[in-house]
Amino acid sequence: MESFKLLIIILLSSVLVDNYVLSRFLGICPFLGVSKKIDQAVGMGVAVTVVMLLATAATWPIQKFVLDTLGLGYLQNIAFILIIATLVQILELVLKKFSPSLYKGLGVYLPLITTNCAVLGVTINNIIDGYSFIESMVSSLGCGLGFLLAMVLFSGIRSRIDDTKVPAPFRGLAVTLIAASFISLAFMGFSGIVESIFA
Amino acid sequence: MDILIAFLVMLGVALVAGVLITVFSHFFAVPENPLKGEIRACLPGINCGACGYKGCDDYAAALAEGGVAPNLCIPGAQSVADEIGGILGVEAEPFKDVVAFVSCNGNCDATFKTAEYEGVKTCYAASMIYGGTNSCRFGCLGFGDCAAACPAKAICIKDGIAHVNTARCLGCGLCTRTCPKGIINMIPQETATVVMCSNKQKGADAKKACKNACIGCKKCEKTCPHGAIKVVDNLAVIDYEKCVHCEACVKECPTGCLKTAFFPDIPADVSSEDLLS
Repeated sequence: MESFKLLIIILLSSVLVDNYVLSRFLGICPFLGVSKKIDQAVGMGVAVTVVMLLATAATWPIQKFVLDTLGLGYLQNIAFILIIATLVQILELVLKKFSPSLYKGLGVYLPLITTNCAVLGVTINNIIDGYSFIESMVSSLGCGLGFLLAMVLFSGIRSRIDDTKVPAPFRGLAVTLIAASFISLAFMGFSGIVESIFA
Repeated sequence: MDILIAFLVMLGVALVAGVLITVFSHFFAVPENPLKGEIRACLPGINCGACGYKGCDDYAAALAEGGVAPNLCIPGAQSVADEIGGILGVEAEPFKDVVAFVSCNGNCDATFKTAEYEGVKTCYAASMIYGGTNSCRFGCLGFGDCAAACPAKAICIKDGIAHVNTARCLGCGLCTRTCPKGIINMIPQETATVVMCSNKQKGADAKKACKNACIGCKKCEKTCPHGAIKVVDNLAVIDYEKCVHCEACVKECPTGCLKTAFFPDIPADVSSEDLLS
């Protein structure tokens, strides 16, 4: 029961409190690039979530059983990048074979996940936080859902910005960044909330 | 010694990754129709969507699958249709060259603004507020959504209405789908007689809204010796299957909304790509 409670805490805090985009400022590139339309934002969010889960499932054993046992912890970054890139390639091949419609829908965003720093961030943070395998997977799921949430919220806001008359100096990226900072501020309000729910 | 172990570990990880990708790409390979690449090479590659597919790649894939007419590429015209027909071993049906035409002559002299519009400067946004501020609620709003959509930069806004430079027009029809008023039509390129109005109001109301409007007087309908022109909903409509461009109606039209348009022929040696540049 106690461990189940811990998993819930990890899940909720990685979705809301430590949101990768809005609190840790990782994965900003797709957050700004692919949030123009809500359907693309959802597609990207789901794809990132799947890749995060796969990447954690692959990198955690590599870190624990290969790198740590050989005392090669410093190879973490380069090894993880390699593994994530491989996974994305394989995922692309599998999707192309079994779900051409989803493959088409995600289009160029799928290979772009290779360079998404949020994925690398999740896998490395799971090691730093000393999570067990199950905890790591739950944390990755939470981070992916948090990314999805941020993407969907922001694409909604951006569609509203498109219909608004923005003063000339703020048009385009400027007003987008200001809007992003407001959502980020709003998410700061979640800090401490999960711990107090289960206190 | 440490560096050697590190090197070997990374080499091992990289090897496993490489082998995995190779194995997956072997077992999950999706066979691609070799015809697709050949057909794709014939298409102009501007992804206008006039054929009804998402782009040239999509149309090529559909052609390779079969059951699709090879003469759908409008920018590519007859030559591309023949080429594709040659690859597929079918006779391409004769290609009909079409150009975009803006059925409106409500320029700044003929129409007036009913209100000051301060919103987003696009036709789409303006038309959402009571159909725009133009006195004629059917006419061109002049913000240039069509000009922005045109891949060949063939449309310009002059005197508050859109004009199509038919020499540059590829006939892709993107503008007809963009125009919120739906007043841009695709008409055969050899056409000379056109109705420059889309107003369906009764004569007096149409005249109040725009000096150049079609008032639905049916003079053209009675004049036309070929029965090619009909007044439907107070608006003259030309049946291009019957029209022979005798200009009898143009001379009779009291408001001048029937006009003779000149569509310069695009020389055969000028490709769509040349027109784009």
